Amino acid sequence: MSRSRVAEVFANEWPVLVATLTRDLGDLSLAEESAQDAFTEAAARWGPDTTPTKPGAWLLTTARRKAIDTIRRGRRFNDRLPALLQLAETPQPEPAKLIDDQLALIFGCCHPSLNHEARIALTLRQVCGLSTNQIGEAFLVPTATMAKRLVRAKKKIRAAGVPFKVPEPAQLADRVDDVLAIIYLIFTEGHTSSDGANLLRGDLCDEARWLASVLIDLLVGHGAQPGPSADLSDLEHDAIAGRAETMGLYALMSFTDSRRSTRTNSSGDLVLLDDQDRSQWDRQLIADGQSMLASAMTLGHVGPYQLQAAIAGIHAQSQDWSCTDWLTIVELYDNLEKLAPSPVVSLNRAAAVAMAEEPSVGLALIDELVESGELDDYRYLHAGRADLLRRLGRHDEATTAYRRAIECSSNDAELAFLRQRITEISRSNIPSQR
Amino acid sequence: MRYMLLLYSAENAGPEQGSPEQAAEMKEWFAYTEAMRTAGAFLAGDPLHGIETATTITAHDGNVISTDGPFAETKEILGGYYMVDVENLDQATEWAEKCPIARYGSVEVRPIMEMG
Repeated sequence: MSRSRVAEVFANEWPVLVATLTRDLGDLSLAEESAQDAFTEAAARWGPDTTPTKPGAWLLTTARRKAIDTIRRGRRFNDRLPALLQLAETPQPEPAKLIDDQLALIFGCCHPSLNHEARIALTLRQVCGLSTNQIGEAFLVPTATMAKRLVRAKKKIRAAGVPFKVPEPAQLADRVDDVLAIIYLIFTEGHTSSDGANLLRGDLCDEARWLASVLIDLLVGHGAQPGPSADLSDLEHDAIAGRAETMGLYALMSFTDSRRSTRTNSSGDLVLLDDQDRSQWDRQLIADGQSMLASAMTLGHVGPYQLQAAIAGIHAQSQDWSCTDWLTIVELYDNLEKLAPSPVVSLNRAAAVAMAEEPSVGLALIDELVESGELDDYRYLHAGRADLLRRLGRHDEATTAYRRAIECSSNDAELAFLRQRITEISRSNIPSQR
Repeated sequence: MRYMLLLYSAENAGPEQGSPEQAAEMKEWFAYTEAMRTAGAFLAGDPLHGIETATTITAHDGNVISTDGPFAETKEILGGYYMVDVENLDQATEWAEKCPIARYGSVEVRPIMEMG
């Protein structure tokens, strides 16, 4: 077996293995350690002629034996040993059990009692199988810091009794929302880092899309099992809504990610949506997003992610900036404002209104936001306002607003872009002022 | 697992002493505690007298100092506690959510360190 084949099995089998072991062992750290041991052994022992026919079952048996060894060497988890010795000789669990184990792992890693940084790190480590080093690199944090973060999180999970279980039906929809928020945070970290020289760290985008697709499959599998009640209760509606929103998020990330290669130019500078080379957008990702969004819509539970995906989908299908269907975009933002009101949504809506109607109408809406003071440190508020002022020819005010945006940003590519705009304005000012 | 639910609120938060709202809330507290007992989760629980009754003792380096008042000046005051025995953190936080004080104060959920 080649090295890359091992890597492929690793990616597919890792979350299943960690999930099953977490239930077997009742401890996330021991599960992770045993899974890691089993993979190390696989990498050393599997060759082109010695590939097990069922790599998953092989890994599980090996990992359980490793866990038994670990427990025998130490003193902890001794009470688990008898059950584990029995398990060591049994095959992989039923598919339904595997689905619930994996869901339990995801919901556990994204548990609301952990802080967001911990949830992100745990999800990438335990579910995606990224190494602590890789996660540290992706988040521009030293490996030691990331390791500490993971240790602290696992300590809390153990001491506080954070359950690794599929939530009760009444909590499922809320808990799916929690998971989606973490997946989207991972994606946006990959798509726009607010710090550092690299605007794009695409691996995180891929991990986020993969996580969403896994969650969709698992939720479908979970829902496919016969529930206690035959008719469609409110709770089942919640479960379907959660699935629809997961599909919406997948579509949103696909549309956004289709523009990955065009967000920066060859010298690493930021290119805004209106100036991007649309012929370079990834058609496959756009098609993926469209079919996923269409399936989500058939479930009949529109939510914020689906609406954002619909907006991103309009951009993805538009020939250029000017012939974009801005009226529909404003309408979608209206709905989004009703379902999930936030100042950021209002800001984006204002920018769309400026395109659908007049820059001055959009500017008036943004000025209302400025007065509310809620987004005072939000760089896109000042950059958006600056852009409209620039288009209205109010250059001095635009320059001031760009400067404010610069104060709020720490991303090199964005800073370069904002400075460039100020330079452009000052050049165009010379003739107009005389 | 055993958990402490530590009930905090600002000194003047919640219904006023002797008001009908306070009488209504008292009933809620009784019902809440009763529900905890029925569910088999209740181990212990009591309200505490106010911080004006507190005495704080330190004995650093054998030097005993007694202070009239709480350990630290804080906005949120520890006003009572419950000790519950439940399966996991989700069940503990579910009880915390239902606690009347959660509406105007806060409930800190802390796992008890088992020393056995």
